[in-house]
Amino acid sequence: MTFLSHLINGISLGSVYAIIALGYTMVYGIAKMLNFAHGDVIMVGAYICFFAVATYGLPPIVGVLLAMVVCTALGMLIERLAYKPLRQAPSLAVLITAIGVSYFLQNGAQLLWSANNKMFPNFLNFGGKTGLSLFDGQLTISWTAIVTVVACVVIMIALTLFTGKTRIGKAMRACSEDKGAAELMGINVNTTISVTFAIGSALAAIAGVLLCSAYPILVPTTGSMPGIKAFTAAVFGGIGSIPGALLGGVLLGVIEIFAKAYISTQLSDAIVFAVLIIVLLVKPTGLLGKQIREKV
Amino acid sequence: MKNNRKLRLTKTSRTNFLTYLMVIVAFVVLNSMSNAGMLKSALQGQLVPICAYVTMALALNLTVGVLGELSLGHAGFMSVGAFAGAVAASAMRDAVAAEPVRLAIALVIGAAFAALAGVLVGIPVLRLNGDYLAIVTLAFGEIIKSIINNLYIGVDARGLHASFVQNTIALGDGGRMILSGPMGIPGVTKISTFTAGFILIMVTLVVIFNLVNSRSGRAIMALRDNRIAAESVGINVTKYKMMAFVTSAALAGAAGALFALGQNTIIASKFDFNQSILILVFVVLGGQGRMWGSIIAAAALTVLPELLREFADYRMLVYAIVLILVMLLTNNPTLKGFFEGLAAKVKKSEKGA
Repeated sequence: MTFLSHLINGISLGSVYAIIALGYTMVYGIAKMLNFAHGDVIMVGAYICFFAVATYGLPPIVGVLLAMVVCTALGMLIERLAYKPLRQAPSLAVLITAIGVSYFLQNGAQLLWSANNKMFPNFLNFGGKTGLSLFDGQLTISWTAIVTVVACVVIMIALTLFTGKTRIGKAMRACSEDKGAAELMGINVNTTISVTFAIGSALAAIAGVLLCSAYPILVPTTGSMPGIKAFTAAVFGGIGSIPGALLGGVLLGVIEIFAKAYISTQLSDAIVFAVLIIVLLVKPTGLLGKQIREKV
Repeated sequence: MKNNRKLRLTKTSRTNFLTYLMVIVAFVVLNSMSNAGMLKSALQGQLVPICAYVTMALALNLTVGVLGELSLGHAGFMSVGAFAGAVAASAMRDAVAAEPVRLAIALVIGAAFAALAGVLVGIPVLRLNGDYLAIVTLAFGEIIKSIINNLYIGVDARGLHASFVQNTIALGDGGRMILSGPMGIPGVTKISTFTAGFILIMVTLVVIFNLVNSRSGRAIMALRDNRIAAESVGINVTKYKMMAFVTSAALAGAAGALFALGQNTIIASKFDFNQSILILVFVVLGGQGRMWGSIIAAAALTVLPELLREFADYRMLVYAIVLILVMLLTNNPTLKGFFEGLAAKVKKSEKGA
């Protein structure tokens, strides 16, 4: 039973990583940049939802929607102001700019909302219970875990349909394959990149709320470690691949929780990263990544 | 052809010479100001960290600028050097009385351990390319942090004792704990001096310039510019990548030891991802492969938060904005053109007047 309970916790945490990893993977696929500020967009989303619900007493669903709207606007604004002027610049310059944006968001949040811990409310309790009791109460699955996994699956299906069927989704795939050719076919590359950032940031807002529902301490640096782990998850699954992000995220979450439960709490991060290194040595482009042939 | 080569060499050696000169002049000026008591106490305390960060930036520039591979985990090597050096210095406290000698031994031990870590990390890492290599160095940085965070080292009459994860060390009479896991090393004897830092920077420059201007250095840069072409003319990829990476790790270790021995306390979580990024910022702002740029950027950005003290709460925000603006100004063609045009206009009007 404890095994099952750990597994469910792992899948739930992994689903959050997967949702965050999607943001990384989509942006990387199209703009070929590591958007290190993504983790901090998660934090902003969590704060917006926290204030909407805890301070202004809005219903949780409105809080989540509000967080999504704010994060989408924020993501597009960041893209427009900081990344778009650097479209032709070397990738390291863009990376440093992303880090600058990340510092900016963290310190801005600290000024606006102070560095004190905020306890994120758990708004998922139905009939006074915070979870689903199974096997005469031997196994409790929290509503948060269920909602997280369901949200992750829904998002994944929606995104797959979106990139496969819609016009803008197809444009995104075209841009990630060959920007120049896509432009010649009449695709507006700038708009497409902007839309990608918008989607990634909206997902970050959802991830922020889900993350803080499970781990309720909210500080301005809440987003950075999950951000790094989700980035690892994206690489793990093969960066640029949407199913890869799901697989990488869930595996990473399960490994992390199992390492914590059965090996050592302090060493769980080290174990997660060690697994990543081993996977990359065997499959250098991640589990589901495309093998890129080098041309001479 | 022959003439051309001679010319290029002189240009490189002139840049190198000017870099040495810049460091020496800066040291002489700061040292005399410091002796005359003209430096603010905040800046005075920053002298050793500045030297450590300058060395770190030079070391990372060897990996990023000369070898052309992005490392996001260099703080890990700094950490290995810092803890190896500080433990060594603490253990030798009674055996070696002279502080400069103890410091020198600690720096060498720090560099040696970091070089060893560099070899261990380099074997798997250098098989990968591009962003994948970067993420693996990030992973190694985090792993090193976790390991040191769980390491316990004590010393007694029988020698050094170590344990992992749990503190199971039973010390004999007169024994003491040096490193206690997440608490780090609480009582570091400060033996790093500004002069030692200056010597370390000079040694680092000598090592890097000699490496870069050697046959091996040219092989390393050939790998950076075009790996496949370099490989096809018979350059041993692994050997030369390893050479640059391990040298860089060893220098980072020495910088770490210098840094640690100038602090009261060191903890492993200080050397995290953010620290790696901070050093990467120095390298990118200073210019990849440009050593003097790294020196100036590292020194300026270490002092900048101190200078921004008056902004108090806003200082990290200002730092972030400065970082973004500098990146935009130096890399965006439109903005760059605008400012160059502006500068030209100012010059013209000055001439006219």
